[in-house]
Amino acid sequence: MLRSRVIPCLLIHDGGLVKTEKFRPGKYVGDPLNAVKIFNEKQVDELMLLDIDATVNRRGPDFARLRNLAVESRMPLCYGGGVTGADEAARIISLGFEKVSVSAAALKRPDLIKEMARAVGTQSVVVTLDVRKNAMLPGYTIFTHNGRTKERVDLIDFVRQAAELGAGEIVVNSIDRDGTMTGYDLDLARQVRQAVGLPMSMIGGAGSINHIEALIEAVGVVGAGAGSMFVFNGPYRAVLISYRKPPALVS
Amino acid sequence: MIAIVDYGSGNVSAIANIYKQLKVPHVVTGDPAVLAAADGYVLPGVGAFDRVMADLIRLGIVDTLNTEILRNGKKAIGICVGMQILANASDEGQMSGLGWIPGHIRRIDENRIVTAPKLPHMGWNSIAPRGNPALLRGVDTERGFYFLHSYFFDAADDSNVLATVEYGTALACAVGRGNIFGVQFHPEKSHDNGVAILRNFAEL
Repeated sequence: MLRSRVIPCLLIHDGGLVKTEKFRPGKYVGDPLNAVKIFNEKQVDELMLLDIDATVNRRGPDFARLRNLAVESRMPLCYGGGVTGADEAARIISLGFEKVSVSAAALKRPDLIKEMARAVGTQSVVVTLDVRKNAMLPGYTIFTHNGRTKERVDLIDFVRQAAELGAGEIVVNSIDRDGTMTGYDLDLARQVRQAVGLPMSMIGGAGSINHIEALIEAVGVVGAGAGSMFVFNGPYRAVLISYRKPPALVS
Repeated sequence: MIAIVDYGSGNVSAIANIYKQLKVPHVVTGDPAVLAAADGYVLPGVGAFDRVMADLIRLGIVDTLNTEILRNGKKAIGICVGMQILANASDEGQMSGLGWIPGHIRRIDENRIVTAPKLPHMGWNSIAPRGNPALLRGVDTERGFYFLHSYFFDAADDSNVLATVEYGTALACAVGRGNIFGVQFHPEKSHDNGVAILRNFAEL
């Protein structure tokens, strides 16, 4: 039976890994290559690497760094950050990544999703959306550029459009829950699940095995992304890379 | 010497890295002369069917592979789309496949998958081997492998199916015919189980 995926999500900033809280500047948590080696040993389901400097600094992916990370990895990899063209996506796949994520560039020009699907296949195209819950109105607002730029398009409308254009997976990242370790936004997960049939992953809020179980209970087979839970340990948030998942997912 | 065939369509470095750790002699190459001297072939492949076939043809190595694998009986394994091109043709493209294992690549029937997520088939899934194929020796079948695909190998001869994966229905996920093998999942990204497959292939 297909199992839910438990996915450490690592943020690359200034060449190191950081962990943010509500997208505010993060704490240094280690070296990316070292983290890949540790997660290999832990036999993780999948790993997501996001370069949070690329888009805001208007640069493309750091291919040399990605090559080094992919060679070491014995687990499936997804990369996001600064990808604006199908040719870049194809190059990242050829380096040994299974999936390439786009966000800001796809919101600016949705046809990029279609072009990527043609170049690397639907299964390797991931659309990641950072969202905040609206304060007054119902629903959520999409943000790009590390939460700094507000997008006008409706979340559910865009998720449907992305699926039609050839996305293979939707990743939804809750800015409100980022780094809080208070649990996933399950309403958000249910809304996205009802909108489209393709694979989906949630990020933002995971702090315990219970939170992951609650997400699976709410939406079925899913990708459960987590940052803080796998890089911090104990009440004082000492940096320690670890990996845990619900017993039902361990065979 | 195992040749990891480098035709620009696959994840050659992760496979090479695993063989390096296993101390299995290997070479990453797209050179016909080097290929002809090898004892076995790993054909990786990601992307669309036609694109992978076109890359193979552009490199001018189809004849060499046909000679070494079909006539001289050297072993070969295709991975993911590298497995799909072993078939005769695919619903995903117009080009002919290598036709080494009779079959057709079809889109997984979404209607048979009751609840979302539907396609692509993405993530870790158990496999059910048929019999006890040497390629799957030492594999924890319950733990299974990482899958990432929307098309599957519909084998013309059921006896060529070495293992199936349940996704809507039982789909062939490992095929074999004599010296030629194919796996739909990604052994290079499936931790210990994947390492076991690559080791088994090297030892065949």
